[in-house]
Amino acid sequence: MNKYILKRTIAIIPLLFAISIFTFVFINLIPVDPAEVVLRLWNIPVASEELIAQTREDLGLNDPYVVRYFNWLADALRFDFGVSYATPQLTVAQKLAAAFPNTLQLASLSFVLVIVISLPIGFLCAVYKDSWFDKLMRAFIFLTTAMPSYWIGLVLMWVISVKLGWLPTSGNFNGFKSLILPSITVASSYISIFIRLIRNNMIENMTQDYVHYANVRGLKQMNILVKHILKNSLHTCVVAIGMSIPQLISGTIVVENVFAWPGLGTLCISSVFARDMPVIQAYVLLVGVLFVVFNLIFDILQGVMDPKLRVGGEKNA
Amino acid sequence: MLRRLFHHKGAMITICILTIIVLMGVFAPIVAPNDPLEVDMMNRFASPNAEFPLGGDQLGRCILSRLIWGIRPTLGLAALTMIGTMGIGLAVGLASGYFRGWIDEILMRLVDVLLSFPSQIMVFAVVALLGINVANVVIANVCIKWAWYARMIRTNVIKYRSENFVNFSNVVGNSNRFILLKHLLPSIAAESAMLASLDMGWAIINISTLSFLGMGVSAPTPEWGAMLNDAKQVFILNPMQMLAPGITIMVVVALFNMLGDVLRDALDPKEVM
Repeated sequence: MNKYILKRTIAIIPLLFAISIFTFVFINLIPVDPAEVVLRLWNIPVASEELIAQTREDLGLNDPYVVRYFNWLADALRFDFGVSYATPQLTVAQKLAAAFPNTLQLASLSFVLVIVISLPIGFLCAVYKDSWFDKLMRAFIFLTTAMPSYWIGLVLMWVISVKLGWLPTSGNFNGFKSLILPSITVASSYISIFIRLIRNNMIENMTQDYVHYANVRGLKQMNILVKHILKNSLHTCVVAIGMSIPQLISGTIVVENVFAWPGLGTLCISSVFARDMPVIQAYVLLVGVLFVVFNLIFDILQGVMDPKLRVGGEKNA
Repeated sequence: MLRRLFHHKGAMITICILTIIVLMGVFAPIVAPNDPLEVDMMNRFASPNAEFPLGGDQLGRCILSRLIWGIRPTLGLAALTMIGTMGIGLAVGLASGYFRGWIDEILMRLVDVLLSFPSQIMVFAVVALLGINVANVVIANVCIKWAWYARMIRTNVIKYRSENFVNFSNVVGNSNRFILLKHLLPSIAAESAMLASLDMGWAIINISTLSFLGMGVSAPTPEWGAMLNDAKQVFILNPMQMLAPGITIMVVVALFNMLGDVLRDALDPKEVM
């Protein structure tokens, strides 16, 4: 088992390198001279050619790309992404640190909602396949997958906050209350995916031999459903849900904007408008790394839960 | 496959409705009751009436006319995205699947890296890099999606390249180019086209999302996402302005998704949900 974990962990190192190279190349493609930007940040009104050349030298911009890449990587590993172009008084790390907890709250509540809602519904849909409930849910899934998430947010805001006046419309000034609507909106697009996943997985499992055997043994239906079928389907679902966590975090971008939620998404969009490259770069790197790490964790977890895969994985690796 | 499609009632209805929508977009000047750009403050937030069937927006423009004119940019950009995606995906997938070796290695590692970023982040990164405008929205969406297609098409190509007709062609001394274009491309074309139609709904949502955030089609061009961006400011005063484009997007995307499902059934009857 340890060997398996080690192998998987080593396998992601090249991928992490590739992501960092990609992000580094990305910032260097921008048609803006960092030296000029820095001089502007220092409030130097007229930047002469010599001064720019001097600054370039000081910033190490004249070094070969390879040297610059490793310097940048060393800084990035210490979470030093430089200074934001848009607000020179703040470093990129400070900006991200300020926004991150808000996004984390939003993503966590959405995650809980996704599990709490989609698990029982998916289970019931599979058990009562082709009943009115299943059909209703399928229609619901069909419609929600066709709606853009920002529009779901707007409609919820209109109905629940404006018409009924139950919850605040936007911002994060009302504590938990203001978290509810954005979370439901983020969760909505994932709920339909997971209901379908759990349902289809369970239905697939129902035709397996071990279920026939359990039936033949005369076990109670409820027992078979929960202890055998649900347990087996959860293997796949846990992994799919776990791997979707970074997607959930990046999925908050649009919804945060609708609800004026001061998280990473809002920061990212405003940085795109301000062409604040260091912030975008740090954000892309962060999410890319998160994505890879979560994939690794749940890959290993799947191996722990399902020994069949583990053996196969070792043979292939 | 086509014959089965023509006998499928659901498929025909979906295709008919979509055709009507596309035709409405093409003949927008004739179909639309009013000028979509005409500002008329007298009709600001007008409630639905005979002249303005869905009412007026914050500048007194006819919402229905804007929706009809919006078919062009919305569907057009989505189609352009899918064409670009398929183009690059086919080229990379064919090269990678046919030549194998180091070409395959390099291309597939590139695909791995691209697929390891969540797609939404990539879209914003590319738009930030290239600047905000319509062409860049299409480029950004193509950038994130082609990798996925390339991998899919590669798998398909590998499946076909060991078939006898390809081996035979090789033996009689046909050039690589001939084999790729005359044998492999036609073999995978149908399935690839089906995949593309499945993703039209995805492309529409993505493009409208960018317009909604102000990074895509900009005012005053009527595009559904951009209309929702306008509506966001005033939806308390005028909910119709927000509901109409949203429902339109939902219906069109649902139709494309349905078409994709039907096509998949027609192609592979085993996988019926």
